[in-house]
Order: sequence, then C-alpha cells, then structure tokens
Amino acid sequence: MPELISTIVAKYNYWIYITLMMIGLYAMIAKNNLVKKIVGMSIFQTAIILFYVSIGAKRGATIPILEHGHGSSHITHAVDYINPLPHVLMLTAIVVAVATLGVALALAVKVYNQYNTLEEDEILTQMREK
Amino acid sequence: MSQQYPALLVVVPLLAALVICGAGWVNKRLCFPIAVAGLGVAAYSCIGLLLRVLDEGVIVYKLGGWDPPMGIAYYVDHLNGLVLVVVSVVALLNLIASKKSVAQEFPDKIGPFYALYVLMVTGLLGIVVTGDAFNLYVLLEIASLTGYGLLAMGEDRAPLAALNYLYMGTIGACFYLLGVGYLYIITGSLNMVDIARILPSLYQSKAVLGAFMICMVGVWLKMAFFPLHAWLPNAYTYASSAASSLIAPLVTKVMIYVMIRLILTVFTPEFAFNILAVSEPIVWLAVIAIVMGAILALGERNLKKMLTYIIIAEVGYMVGGAWLGNRVGMTGAILHIVNDALMTLCLFLVVGNIVHKVKGYAFEDLKGLFRKMPFTMCAFVVGALSIIGVPPTCGFFSKWYLISGAIQAGHYAFMVALLFSSLVNVVLFFRIIEIAFFEPFTDHHAHGHDHQPEPIDEAPLTMLVPLWIVAAALVIVGIYTGDIVNNIIQFAIPEGII
Repeated sequence: MPELISTIVAKYNYWIYITLMMIGLYAMIAKNNLVKKIVGMSIFQTAIILFYVSIGAKRGATIPILEHGHGSSHITHAVDYINPLPHVLMLTAIVVAVATLGVALALAVKVYNQYNTLEEDEILTQMREK
Repeated sequence: MSQQYPALLVVVPLLAALVICGAGWVNKRLCFPIAVAGLGVAAYSCIGLLLRVLDEGVIVYKLGGWDPPMGIAYYVDHLNGLVLVVVSVVALLNLIASKKSVAQEFPDKIGPFYALYVLMVTGLLGIVVTGDAFNLYVLLEIASLTGYGLLAMGEDRAPLAALNYLYMGTIGACFYLLGVGYLYIITGSLNMVDIARILPSLYQSKAVLGAFMICMVGVWLKMAFFPLHAWLPNAYTYASSAASSLIAPLVTKVMIYVMIRLILTVFTPEFAFNILAVSEPIVWLAVIAIVMGAILALGERNLKKMLTYIIIAEVGYMVGGAWLGNRVGMTGAILHIVNDALMTLCLFLVVGNIVHKVKGYAFEDLKGLFRKMPFTMCAFVVGALSIIGVPPTCGFFSKWYLISGAIQAGHYAFMVALLFSSLVNVVLFFRIIEIAFFEPFTDHHAHGHDHQPEPIDEAPLTMLVPLWIVAAALVIVGIYTGDIVNNIIQFAIPEGII
C-alpha cells in the first residue's frame, strides 16, 4: 500500500490530468444541457493543456531565459532550465481551444434561437413532434 | 518557382481566404473568382509537386530555412503527393460545380462561405503536406473548425448536428494531441521522421503503445470508423449541398491518410504489424464497420443519408485494407482513398443538382428524374456502378486489390464483408434507379391528372460540366489504375511490407 501511494504521489501531475479529463468526458457524455457539454469540452481540453505544461517542469530549474546570452561564451546547462517547448506548443493549443469554444457557443446560440431551449431531450421531443 | 510549391499550396489558399473575407464586404461577386484563383494555384502546385516527386523522389521543404528537428519541415513523397492532388482537384471541381447552388441557398452569406471553404481546403492540404506531428494537430483543427461552420450553414437541424460533430471532433483531436504528447515525452521530438528514427529502441515501452493507441482512437473518431461514427450521418445530411459535397469526399479520406502516415512513417510497419498484436482485432472492427454501414444504409429512405452510411462502410474498407498488413491490401487502401474521394464527390454533386432543381432528396422526390434530368442521372449511374464495383470504373480495381489482400492475409471474413457490402450496394442503387426511371414524376403542388411526359429541366451547365468531368474521371482512373499503382503507390509503401 505505501508503494502504491508513493507511485501515485510521484506522478501526481498525470493523475490530476487524467481525473480532469474524465470529469470533462463525463460531462460531455452524461449532461443533458448543451452548454454544460461545452463546459465539459473545455475541461477536457484544459486537462491536456495542463498535462503538456507539467511535462516541461524540472526540479530546481528556472525559467528558460539566458541573461547576457549574447556574446558570452560560458556554457549553459539544459538541466538548469525548464523545457519551454511544451509551453510554446500549448500557446497554440490554447488559441485552438478558445476558437473551438467560440464556435461551439455560436452554434449553441443558433440552436437556442431555433428551439428556445438548450436541453437536449426537449429539443429531441420538439423534433419528433414535427 | 517550382522549388516553392510545398509552401505555395498552403500559403496561397490561406491568403486567398483572408482576401475573400475582405472582398465579401466590398462586392460579393469578387469572392468566387478569388476562391477559384487561390485553389487553382494550389491545385497547380500540387500537380507540379507530384510530377517532381515522380522525377526526383522525396522532397524536403524546410520552412524558413530551419533544419528539420528544430524547424517544421514539409515532406512530400509519393503517398502524400497523390493525396494532395486528389484533395486540391476535388476541392476545385466542387467549388466550380457548386457556384449556382451557393448563390441559391445562402445569397447573403457568399463571402463568409467562400472564406471558410478555402480555409478548410488550406487545413486539409496542410494536414497532408506537413511532416511535423504537432503542426498536423493545428492544421487538423483549422480544417475541423471551418468544417463545423460550413456544416452548420444548412437546413434547420444543421446547427445541432454540427454541434454534436464538434463535441466528437474535439475529443478526437484532443486524443491525437495527447498521443503526440506521449511521443514527445518519450522521444523529445515532434518531427515525424525524427520520431521514427528514435523510436525503434523504445518499441517495448508501454508509453509507445499508449501513444499509438491514443493517436489511433483520435484519428478513428475523426474519420467516423464504425463504433465512433454516430456524428457523421446527421452532420453531412443536413448541411448545404455545396458544403457536404466538399466535406464528405475529403475529410474522412484525409484522416485515412493520417492513419496510414502514422503506421508507415511515424511508428513504422514493423511496430504496427509485427510487434503489436492488434491488426487482427482492427480488421475485425473494419468488418463490423462495413456490414453495419451497409445494413444502416439499407434502412434509409433518403438519398443523402443513405450515401453517408455508404461513406461509413467505405471507411471500413480503407481501415481494414491498411491493417491487413500486406502490400496488396495497403495498395488497395491507398488507391481507394483516390477512388472513394472521386466516387463520393460524383454522388454528392448529383445530390446537389437534384436539390437545386427538385428541392429535396428523399426517395419520393426522385420519381421520374431520368426524364427530368437525364444528364445528371447518367452521371449518377456511373457513380453508382463505381461504388458497386463494376469493372471499367475505378471502384472495381481498388476493391479487387482489397479482396486480393484479404485472401493473401487469410482474412476471409474481410473478403466476405467486402462482397456483402458490394451486393448491398447493388440493392441500394438499383432501388434508386428503379424509382427514378420507372415511377412517373409527381409534382407536390400540381393536382392535375394528366400524365404528360415531364419536360427536360436540367441543372445549369456550370453544375453539369464538373459533374461529367468527375464521372469521366471515374472511368479514366479505372482504366489507368495499373499506371497509378506501378508509378506512384508502389513507391509510397516501404519495402518492408511484402
């Protein structure tokens, strides 16, 4: 049992992202309200963004900025700096997530204007009545 | 100039989309010529690239002059050279064919529509040309987001269907991104060739297996592989005819390309077919996909929705063919990407013409159409024969390769599924041909009892000519199948696969 706890604690960032992802997935599958589903989708995307951000971290490292980097000849050690690449990738992914959220909300507005509700079961009954 | 083709085919449509957006405010009539020019340049570059690849072999294009592991590189080989030509030509033909129907269906939204259209083609071309796993994700989302917008501009039920597609599509893209993250943790690289170079020593790692399966599930969601297909029929059916005849032929096919690229380049066939023991269950899934697609298509009384279920069956063909793990099956899968894009385009253009004239696509609307629209329906017959797989048309040849691959792999269930789906397709299409040929045209509005023959009332020439080009291409590609396989596809498959 202590071993299990120590493996969980050692990789806690992965457990957190998996938990968040499952919460998001649950909301997308089980919720009836279209906006709640969109919230779930956002949580899902954020979980993956956090996962990427966490893999760039290093113990005892600092932000990846070289002071007086130009012209100096002393060697820099990669171990001293956190990996900036996953963070840069996530800037793009955040933009994508925002755009997706915008499109999703726009579509939800269109659906609302049509059926006057965002509850999926009510929309389905309205469709069947037609 | 020809050195810059790989950049041009993405940059020109991207800028064209921006310009169209602005031009839509000034004068709506400017949008269409700009879109045609943008996609024309892209198609020209794609064809030029394919010719250069045939001459010189693989082309590496370093964006901004940065060397591959650090910078983003575009790799063009025989596989994506072929897919690039298909994507750009199909998009251009459909653009020209659907001009009238766009003007009819949403006259006040021409600018936004063409901007989204060209941007979507940019995304699809970018997915195919890029050699960077993360870049592929970004372009995938460009293509998807524009796709949601295009599909939502349709009938009353379109926004809800597009929203459901958005949920599923986002999960799919996120899964792919997660898989790329795993790969990055293991290899420290995002470049596909670089990943493939580092991976072999790590094949036993559980994380590689995880990355592979997560990527695959994401890609399957995007291509509507059977258990994950639920979003596709409604989203494609209720969209406008111009959008559905762009998206239906291209999106699923481009995602099949991504799957084949992951198998062949990133993870290598050695890993996918020999080290992992998953090809057998995946081919079985494909069998189920084909059978269920065929059965669900039989239950529809609506031409467009029936076609969407046929697409699901065709996705099963290509996934199964790729996972048979032998050269013939892979050839069949790649050839079927080309053929299925053309066949689906042909049938959806026919639906577009019918909607343009009859304003409906349920079976009841098709009565007497052979008299009313003889030229459109002749093209329909060619497309139908090709989907069924009748010899001079191209559908026969890819199916032939797939069936030979199944026999060579000893996977007879896949062969039976292919034959079963061909037989079901015969029933499906001859049912429609019967309705359209023998049942008299009935106008819902006129209540007269006179049975005078319906005068010919065809779709305009701008819609008919591209349709006939596609229908002719079905036969021409079929006749030149041998050349395509020997000169292009043969080099697209690594020599490791026998």
